[in-house]
Amino acid sequence: MPERVIDSMEKVIVADKLTKKFGDFIAVDHISFEVERGEIFGFLGANGAGKTTAMRMLCGLSIPTSGKGLVAGYDIHTQSEKVKRNIGYMSQKFALYDDLTVAENIRLYAGIYGVKEKEIAPKTKELLLRLGFDNERDTLVKSLPMGWKQKLAFSVAIFHEPKIVFLDEPTGGVDPVTRRQFWEMIYEASDRGITIFVTTHYMDEAEYCNRVCVMVDGRIDALDSPRNLKIQYNAQNMDEVFQQLARNAKRTDAI
Amino acid sequence: MLPIEVKNLYKNYFPAKSGKFAGIGNPVQHSGETATVETGLSFSVSKGEIFGIIGPDGAGKTTLFRILTTLILADRGTATVDGFDVVKEYKEIRKRVGYMPGKFSLYQDLTVQENLNFFATVFNTTIAENYYLIKDIYQQIEPFKNRRAAKLSGGMKQKLALCCALIHKPSVLFLDEPTTGVDAVSRKEFWDMLKQLKNQGITILVSTPYMDEANLCDRIALIQNGQFLTIDTPAKIVGQFGKTLWTVQSDNMSRLLLDLRAVKQIESCFTFGDSHHVTILNDQFTKTDLHKILHEIGHTNVEINEINPTIEDCFMELSKHS
Repeated sequence: MPERVIDSMEKVIVADKLTKKFGDFIAVDHISFEVERGEIFGFLGANGAGKTTAMRMLCGLSIPTSGKGLVAGYDIHTQSEKVKRNIGYMSQKFALYDDLTVAENIRLYAGIYGVKEKEIAPKTKELLLRLGFDNERDTLVKSLPMGWKQKLAFSVAIFHEPKIVFLDEPTGGVDPVTRRQFWEMIYEASDRGITIFVTTHYMDEAEYCNRVCVMVDGRIDALDSPRNLKIQYNAQNMDEVFQQLARNAKRTDAI
Repeated sequence: MLPIEVKNLYKNYFPAKSGKFAGIGNPVQHSGETATVETGLSFSVSKGEIFGIIGPDGAGKTTLFRILTTLILADRGTATVDGFDVVKEYKEIRKRVGYMPGKFSLYQDLTVQENLNFFATVFNTTIAENYYLIKDIYQQIEPFKNRRAAKLSGGMKQKLALCCALIHKPSVLFLDEPTTGVDAVSRKEFWDMLKQLKNQGITILVSTPYMDEANLCDRIALIQNGQFLTIDTPAKIVGQFGKTLWTVQSDNMSRLLLDLRAVKQIESCFTFGDSHHVTILNDQFTKTDLHKILHEIGHTNVEINEINPTIEDCFMELSKHS
């Protein structure tokens, strides 16, 4: 892998007054923020706050009603196919095909993300060696322990070396030890310069992010490092910060 | 007669001769003891108790719930709900329990009110008869009573499902992961509702993957790989941790994690929000000793504090030995 020079000032996500309306309903209301290269960016909010809609726009899956967004240098409105090629995506709900083997899953996703045919085999070999999975290449994913599945799902999402990986509640229902090992993988990826955009309902995980933004009623009501947020809201931990902000939500359930 | 009594419950989804296991109650050989092989899960729940089954996906929580709600059969062992046997007297049990499965299982094409009315009718009752039981919860979704269930938000679906599980005034309520995927504020509200129901005398068996919800239960069972790691009150489980636990912080948290793991007096080290939790191998090793080590390898603003363990610390400690 060629050495990457990490330019911390490089903006990999720029959202400028990004807005999505469904009829009269404003799901995402003029949100603006920037995410830097290699940053671990936590995206929090109550159910219905607009997280998923915002994330779908940034992934090139939903066209904004107004506003502008640049992801990996591409316009999410006019270059959504290029956006999709330069990001990775993983969620706990849907990550890998259980009835395919480890190698088949890698090959399938590598193909979908447009990795060149001749690069897939050597990169697969290298990945399996690095994960210590070389004996499991022909094992069906459903028979892997949960911790292994998680590692594999994350590795598959960044197999094509995207600039950004979107993680949508990646650790829901995962046991505490595996959850922590997963975050150690996130740290490693971020050290290699991959930007991590992550949503979670575990407030201790919000503490692991470089910066956290909290969405309330489609707006961004807070955006800062966990340390500064705790000072600003006079809170012991991120759970208290979140409770203070999200309790003000008017529409939590009314959508 | 206790609302729930379970003895030596065992279920393996694989054939007995396959040598493989997926289910609950697989035999566990305790280390240090000779030939004590426990088979099956055993526990009981008292009237009006909130009993939590806490563990990750795939631990066996849903299997246990399905056996107790008479939807699947165990291979071995016995269980009674409200004094009725889950195999022989399943019809009695079905009349008496409320069950909220982990997957939303109401009718998507019926409205809020139609769903509630349907479940009341199935159980031979009316909404009016037991309205007092659901009033506080139902009022929150009442403005949307003519909306189809498919069009509800996650939090509203959860409230409707709880109303439907309660409308026949069950004596035992089974809630399988009611708060999974629900945000931290709504989770708090949901647990407040459970407390209200407990005060009405309803016994509640609830499962969750969120360890921080353990303290909201009267008693809990921690479960992993189909086995209980422990059953007790949250306070007693924390009290039995039996090891010195410190939080450690410095300016470089990700390097600190690796450096702490390299200290030979430290047994385990895990990330925990804004600090790392470490357990110590022997009591001779003091905070001052660790300060000195970390200072020597260049850590700045080091802070070390002794704390009481959380349930999550206990889970990780207990799961090491299973």
